[in-house]
Amino acid sequence: MGGKIEALEVLWSALPRLLAGVRVTVELTALFLGVGLVSGFLVAVAQVYGRGPLRWGATVFEQVFRGVPALVLLFLLYFGLTEVGISRLAAAVLALGLRSGAYQSQIFRGALLAVPTGQLLAARALGMTGLQTIRHVVLPQAVRLALPGWSNEYAIVLKDTSYVFAIGLVELMREGTYIVARTFGRYSLEVYLFVALVYLVLVYGGNLALSLLARRLAIPGQEARAESLERM
Amino acid sequence: MALLEVKDIHKRYGTEQVLKGVSFQVERGQTVVVIGPSGTGKSTLLRCINRLTEPDRGQVWLDGVEVTSPRADINRIRAQIGFVFQDFNLFTHLTALDNVRLGLVRVKRLPREQATRRAREELARVGLADKEKAYPAQLSGGQQQRVSIARALAMDPKLILFDEPTSALDPELIGEVLQVMVELAREGMTMVVVTHEMGFARSVADEIIFMEGGVIVEHGPPERLFTSPQVPRTAEFLNKISELYGET
Amino acid sequence: MSDFLNFVAEHLPLLLSGLGATVTLTVVAIWLGFGLGLSLALVRTYAIAPLRALARTYIALVRGTPLITQLFVVYHGLPQLGITFTPFTAAIVGLTLNSAAYQAEYFRGAILAVRRGQLMAARALGMTKLQTIRHVVLPQIIRLVIPSWANELVYLIKYSSLASLIQVRELTFQARHIASETYRTMEIFLVAAAIYLSLVLVVSYVLRRVELWVRIPGLGAPGR
Repeated sequence: MGGKIEALEVLWSALPRLLAGVRVTVELTALFLGVGLVSGFLVAVAQVYGRGPLRWGATVFEQVFRGVPALVLLFLLYFGLTEVGISRLAAAVLALGLRSGAYQSQIFRGALLAVPTGQLLAARALGMTGLQTIRHVVLPQAVRLALPGWSNEYAIVLKDTSYVFAIGLVELMREGTYIVARTFGRYSLEVYLFVALVYLVLVYGGNLALSLLARRLAIPGQEARAESLERM
Repeated sequence: MALLEVKDIHKRYGTEQVLKGVSFQVERGQTVVVIGPSGTGKSTLLRCINRLTEPDRGQVWLDGVEVTSPRADINRIRAQIGFVFQDFNLFTHLTALDNVRLGLVRVKRLPREQATRRAREELARVGLADKEKAYPAQLSGGQQQRVSIARALAMDPKLILFDEPTSALDPELIGEVLQVMVELAREGMTMVVVTHEMGFARSVADEIIFMEGGVIVEHGPPERLFTSPQVPRTAEFLNKISELYGET
Repeated sequence: MSDFLNFVAEHLPLLLSGLGATVTLTVVAIWLGFGLGLSLALVRTYAIAPLRALARTYIALVRGTPLITQLFVVYHGLPQLGITFTPFTAAIVGLTLNSAAYQAEYFRGAILAVRRGQLMAARALGMTKLQTIRHVVLPQIIRLVIPSWANELVYLIKYSSLASLIQVRELTFQARHIASETYRTMEIFLVAAAIYLSLVLVVSYVLRRVELWVRIPGLGAPGR
C-alpha cells in the first residue's frame, strides 16, 4: 500500500492525461445527448402525433433501446458495425446516442402531452397550420417542461459514457485504469476515488447550469419541478 | 373542578404573537364554542390543548392532570382528547372501519374483535354503518368528516376538540355533520368547537368565547352574547357574520 | 437458420448459467438495497440533523458517480485497505450500495407525498412517532413507491451487466466469452439482447399487475 504523499504525486503527474480523458468524456456526452435529442424528439412526435406503422415502429425502437443493457447494445453495434468498416467512435455514438434517444423520447412525449389540447385548438382557430402550431405553441412550452427531465438525462448520459471504456475508447475511466496499471495497482483506491470525484463535479456542475437555465426560462404558472427524484 | 382548565396560554410564531395569554375553563358535559375572525389564533389554541402545537407559556389541565407538564405521558393524554380537523385527515390507505379501528388497536391495545365491534358502533352512531368498507376517496366530504368524528369518539375521549369541522364542506353537506355534533352535545359529551356556524353556537353552546387578536375579548352564555354583548367589537363581529351568512 | 439455431442450442447452457447469475445479482441487490434505501430515506426525513446530512451526502455521492467507477472502487480499490471481495460479492456490494441511494430517493418522494395532516391526526390519537411511521407512513409509501421500484428493478437487471467488467460470470460475461471462442459476435449478442429484453418486459408486466392488485382508491402514485 502506497503512502498518501506518493499517491498525490502520482495523481499530479497524471493530471494532464486525466484532463485529456475528461475532455473526451465531455465530448462524448455532448455527442450522445445531441444524437439522443434529435432521435428522441422525432420518436416522441411520431408517438404523439403519428399513426399506424410510424407510431408502432417508434414504440418498438423505444422498448428495445430501453430494454437492452447499454453495455450489450454497445457490444452489438461495435462488433456489428466495425465489421463493415464503421469506426469505433461512430458505433459508440449510435449505440449510446440512440439509447439516450429512447429515454429522451419519454421526456418529450410527456412534455408534448402536457401542452393543453385547448391551446392547439386555439392555434388552429387563429388559422395556424399544424407545423406552425408545433413550432410556435407546442415547442416553446415543451422545451421548458422537458428541462428537468433533460437535466436528469444529462447526468445519466455523462455517467454512462464510462461504458465505452469496455470497447477501448480512451476517456476518463480508461485513463484512470491506465494510471492504475502503470503504478501496478498500488494506488487504485486513490485513482478511482479521484476519477469518481471528477464525475461528481461534472454531474452536479452540469445540473446546476441546467437549473439556472430553467430558472431563466421560467414562465409564471408553469414552473418546472426544481428537483427530480428519478434515477439518474 | 372543571374538566378542562386552560391558563394563560401564549404562543408566538417567529415575530408574530398568535396567543397572548388565553385562559378559560370547561365543565364536564359542557359545549363551549369559540368564535372570532380568521387568523386570531383559534386553531392554534385548540392545538395547544393537546400539544400538537407546544405553547410557549401557560398551562393546560385535563381532569386534574397537567397536560403541559414535561413529565406528562402526552400520548396517553392525547388518547383521552378527541380531535376533529377541518380537512378530516383520514388515513388514505385505510377503509372507514380501519380508520376508526387504528387508534383502538394500536394505542388502546384493544383485542381485534372488540375493536371491530366498537368501531362499527361508532360508525353506526354517525350514520355510516353501510360505508365501513369504503376508502376515504370514495366518501363525500360530509361522510369523511363523520368518519373522523367516529374515529375520535371510539377512543372514549373525555373531551373532543373540533377545529372548524364544517369549513371545508360544500354547503349542502354541512347539515349532516352539525346534526351529529348536536346529538353528541345532547348526550352530554364535553366539546370545544371552533366554528363560524352561528346557528349551531346559538342552539347548542353553553358558553361562547369570542376571540380576537390572540386574546379572549368576551365570553358568556349565548343568549347574553348574541342579544346584549358587553364589548362593542363583539357586536360588530356578530353583525358582520350575520350579514355574511344571513343567520342569527 | 438451422445453423443459427444449432449455434444457440450449443451455447444455451452457458447463457442460461449466466442468466442465473444475472437474476441472482439483481434479486439480492434489490432487496438489500430496499432495506438500506428505506432506512436511508427514513433517516434523511425524520432523524436528527447530523444524521440527515450524512444520509443526504451519501445519496448525492452515489447518484453523482458512474456505477463502473463504484464497482472498480469496491473491487480494485478496497483491497488496498485490506478489504478483499470475490468478483461476485464485490458486484453485490457495489450494486446494493448504488441501488440503495436511488431507492432512498423514491422512498423520500413517497414519504413527502403522505399528507402532513394525517401525521397530525395519528399524533392526536396518541400514537407515538414510531407507531405513526409504522402504521400510517409505511403502508402508504410501500404502495406509492411500487411504480418507481419496478423501474429500479428493471434498471438493476440492465446495470448488473456491468459486473462482467469485474469478471462476474453473468449473462454479458458469458456472451463475450462465447463470442471470443466462436467469433460469431453479432449473433451471440443478439441472443443476449433478446434474453435481457424478455426478462425486462416480463418483470415490468408482473409488477404492473402487482401495482393494480394492491391499489387503494385515492392513494395516487406520484410521477410516472
